[in-house]
Amino acid sequence: MPEARAFRIRLGNDPGGRSFLAVLVIAGVLVPLMYFFVPETSALHLSGYTVTLLAKYMSYAMLAIAVDLIWGYCGILSLGHGAFFALGGYAMGMYLMRAIGARGVYGDPVLPDFMVFLNWKELPWFWHGFDQFWFALMMVLLVPGLLALVFGYFAFRSRVSGVYLSIITQALTYALMLAFFRNDMGFGGNNGFTDFKDIAGFSLQSPGTRVVLFLCTVIALGGSFLLCRFVVSSRAGRVIQAVRDAESRARFLGYRVESYKLWVFVLSAVLAGIAGALYVPQIGIINPSEFSPANSIEIVIWVAIGGRGTLYGAAAGAVFVNYAKTYFTAALPSFWLYVLGTLFIVVTLFLPQGIVGAVGAVRRRIARP
Amino acid sequence: MIWMFRVARLLALTASLLASPLCSAAEDQVLLPLLQQLPAAGYADKQELIRQLAGTGDPRVRAILAALLDGNLVARSSDGRIFVLGSPGDRLRDPLTGADAGTLPESDLAKIGVNNQLRKSLRVALAQFDLADPDASVRQDAVKEMLRAPDARIVAALRARLPHETDASVREAIASGLALADLDSEDASRRLAAIEALGGNLNPDVYNRLTAMLATSADGSPVEADAKVRAAAAQALRSINAARAFYSGLQTLLFGLSQGSILVLAAIGLAITFGVMGVINMAHGELMMLGAYSTYVVQQAMPEHMGASIVVAIPVAFLVSGAVGVAIERGIVRHLYGRPLETLLATFGVSLLLQQAVRDIFSANNRSVITPQWLAGSLDINQALSITYNHLYIIFFTLAVFFLLQLVLRRTRFGLELRAVSQNRAMAKAMGIRTDWIDALTFGMGSGVAGIAGVALSQLTNVGPNLGQSYIVDSFMVVVFGGVGNLWGTQLGGNALGVVNKLLEPVSGAVLAKIFVLVFLILFIQRRPRGLFPQKGRAAES
Repeated sequence: MPEARAFRIRLGNDPGGRSFLAVLVIAGVLVPLMYFFVPETSALHLSGYTVTLLAKYMSYAMLAIAVDLIWGYCGILSLGHGAFFALGGYAMGMYLMRAIGARGVYGDPVLPDFMVFLNWKELPWFWHGFDQFWFALMMVLLVPGLLALVFGYFAFRSRVSGVYLSIITQALTYALMLAFFRNDMGFGGNNGFTDFKDIAGFSLQSPGTRVVLFLCTVIALGGSFLLCRFVVSSRAGRVIQAVRDAESRARFLGYRVESYKLWVFVLSAVLAGIAGALYVPQIGIINPSEFSPANSIEIVIWVAIGGRGTLYGAAAGAVFVNYAKTYFTAALPSFWLYVLGTLFIVVTLFLPQGIVGAVGAVRRRIARP
Repeated sequence: MIWMFRVARLLALTASLLASPLCSAAEDQVLLPLLQQLPAAGYADKQELIRQLAGTGDPRVRAILAALLDGNLVARSSDGRIFVLGSPGDRLRDPLTGADAGTLPESDLAKIGVNNQLRKSLRVALAQFDLADPDASVRQDAVKEMLRAPDARIVAALRARLPHETDASVREAIASGLALADLDSEDASRRLAAIEALGGNLNPDVYNRLTAMLATSADGSPVEADAKVRAAAAQALRSINAARAFYSGLQTLLFGLSQGSILVLAAIGLAITFGVMGVINMAHGELMMLGAYSTYVVQQAMPEHMGASIVVAIPVAFLVSGAVGVAIERGIVRHLYGRPLETLLATFGVSLLLQQAVRDIFSANNRSVITPQWLAGSLDINQALSITYNHLYIIFFTLAVFFLLQLVLRRTRFGLELRAVSQNRAMAKAMGIRTDWIDALTFGMGSGVAGIAGVALSQLTNVGPNLGQSYIVDSFMVVVFGGVGNLWGTQLGGNALGVVNKLLEPVSGAVLAKIFVLVFLILFIQRRPRGLFPQKGRAAES
C-alpha cells in the first residue's frame, strides 16, 4: 500500500502534528478515567462541566483546522466559516428537537415547542426526515457541503479572490444570520433550539453519553487533522499551496485552479459542519448568533494566533483563545474584549507565524549557539 | 411668524376678557340660568345645555366649556353656584366675570362630571369658537375636530365660515369637508357637484366614502341610486387611486434615497480608505460610533444650545474620528501595507478595543442623543406624501459631504498627491511626495468622514457601543458594488441599494428585503467582480 506508506512518512516529518495526536490520545484516555474513577474529593477529578468544556474546545479546534486548511494552505480567507459550523449545528439541532417528541412543554408528539407556540399546524417540509438520526447525520455533511459547493462554484469560477471573497463570505453569513432570526423560517427564530433531551436514544444528561460524545469529538478532531494532513501533503495539496503562493502561475502551468479551490473549500465547509454537529448536543443550544460575522472573524484569529499553515497550530490557537475567553469572562468580564482586541493586533503585527512560529524561532535560536 | 400669531391671539383673548364683564350684563341673564342647571342635570340634559351655551356665541363660554372639558368646573355644595377651579392653584373664579372668589375646601365642592360623549360634543363646541381664531393652525385643528362627526349645525357653521376664511389650506379643509357632507344630500345634483369637488382629493375619508357609495347594499341594489352619480364617483376614485399610487411611489423613492444616503455616508469614508488606499478598515463602523458619541458629548457640554449642537458636533466628530484614524494608520496599518487580509484582522482588533472602551466610559446602554427642533417633525406635502425632516436633510447632507470630498480630491494639492500615491506609490515618492504623510492624512480623512456619518446616524438610530457593527457589512457591500476607488460609484451604488431595499420592503418585509439585497450583491460580485464602475487603466491592473 504505497499510499499508506507515503502517509506515514509525511506525518513523520511533522513533529508538531505527532505531539498533537499524542495529546489527543492521552486526553481521550485520561479524561474518561479522571471523570469516572478519580474520587470527587481528589484534585485530579474532572467534573461533567469540565468534560463538556473540553469537548467544546475540541469542536472549536476542529473548526479552526477547517479554516486553516483553506486559509493557511490555499490562501482563501473565509470570514463566513461560522455559517457552515452553525448549519451543521442546526442540522443536528433539528434532529435533537424531533427527538424530544411529546416531552416538550406543549407535549405535541410531532411539532417542536416553538412551532406550537407560533400556532403552526403542520411540520414544514424541510423538517421531515429529521426524526431519523442517520438522516440528520447526512444533512450535517450535505447542507454545509452543498452551500459551499454552490457558493464556491460561482465565486471561484468568476475569480473573486482576496479581499472581495472575504467580504462576500461575510455577507453570506450575515444574510444567513438575518434569515435565521426570522420566525417564519421555521428554525426557532432568535431563540434557536434548546432543551434537548436525548440523542440516538441516550439521555444527554447521563455521564455515559457525555463521555461518548467527548470521545466522538476527540476522534473527529484527530480524524480531521489526519485527513487535512493527508490532503495538504498529497499531490493535490502541493497544487493548492501553489495556488496560495502564485495563483496566476499555477493557472498558466495548466492547473484548473478553481476546481482545486472549490474542493478544498467544500471539504473545509463539511469539516466545519461536523464540528458544529458535535458542538450542539454537548452545549445544548444553537441560535442565530452563531452566524454573526464577528464570530467568523474570531475563528480566523484562533488560526492566526496558533500559527496558520500547520493545522495543529490552528487547533492549539482555538483551545488557547477559548480557554482565555472562559477564564476572562468569568474573572474579568469587561476585560475580555481588550484581551481579544490586543491579541488581534499583536499577533498580526509581531507574530505572523503565530505561537507555533514563535516557538520554532526560539527553538532555532537556542539550537544555534 | 407663529409667535406673532400667538401674541395677537393672546391680545384678543385679554381684550375679550376685559371687555366682557362691562358690556354683557344682559347676556348674563341668558348664560347664568343655563350654567346653574348644570350641577343637577343628567348627561343627556347636559348635552342640551352645552348645545345652548355654545349657541349663545358668547366669547366667555369658550373658557367655561374648556374648564368643563378639563374637569375644572365645580359647583359649591351649599348653594350650587358654579365656579371655575384652578389657574392658579386651587383658587376659584367666577365663570362669567372672571373675578377671584377665594378658596374652598375640596369637600365643599362638587365637580361637574362629563362622560366620553359629552367630551366629544365639548370638543366640537370648542372648535366652533376656535373657527374664528386669528391663528390659522388653530382654525385648521378646529375644522378637523368639527368634521369628525358633522351634523347639520356644524355644516351650517362651516358654510358660514367659508367666505370669510383667508387661509388657503383651511379653506381647502372646509371645502372638502362640506363636499363630504354634501354626499349625504338628498339632491342628486348636489351629490354630483360634491363628487366633482372631491376629485383628486387625497383625504382617506373621501376615499372611504366614495368606495362606500359604489358598494351594493344587502338586497343587491346599489347604495347610490343615481347612475350618473355612481359613474362620477367611480371616475373620482380612479383619479384618486392614480394620484395615491403616484405619491406613494414618490414617497418610496424619497425614503429609498434617504436610506441610500445613509449607506453612502457610511460607505464613503470606507471608499477612501479601502478604495483609494486598498486598506481594509474593519474599525470603520466604530469610527462612526465615535462620531455618534461625539455628538452626545457635545450635547452634554452645551445643553443650552441644542439647535446648534449638531452643527458643532460635525467638526468635532471629524476631528475625533480623524485623530483616531491617524493613530490607527501610524500605529498599525502602516506596518501592513500590501497585506490586506492582515490589515483586516488587526483593524478588527481595534474595533473590539474601541467598542469595549466606549462601553467602559459611557456604559453599555444606549445614550440618548436629542434631535434638535429644526430636525424634528415632518414635511407634509399632502395627505398622501409626507417625509420626516431628518430623512430629507440626510439626502442633502450626504450630497454636501460627497461634493466636498470630490472638491478635496480633485481641486487641492493634497487631493492631487493622494491620487498620485494611489496610482503609483513608487513614482509618487520619486517625485518628492511624502507618501507616508499622504497615507496618514488620507486615512485620517476617511476616518473623519466616518465620524461625520456618525453624527448623522445619531439622529436616526440608537447610539450604543454596537452602532458600528450593524453598518460595517453594508458599507463594504456598497463600496464593492459601486466599484472600488470610485466615489461616484459609491454614491450611485448606495442610493440604488437604498431604493431597491425600500421597493422590496412592502412586498417582503424589512428583514427579507435586506437578505434579498445581500444575496443580490453576492451574485452581482460574481458577474462583475470590479463593481458597477470598475477602475480603468493602469491602476486597475495591480
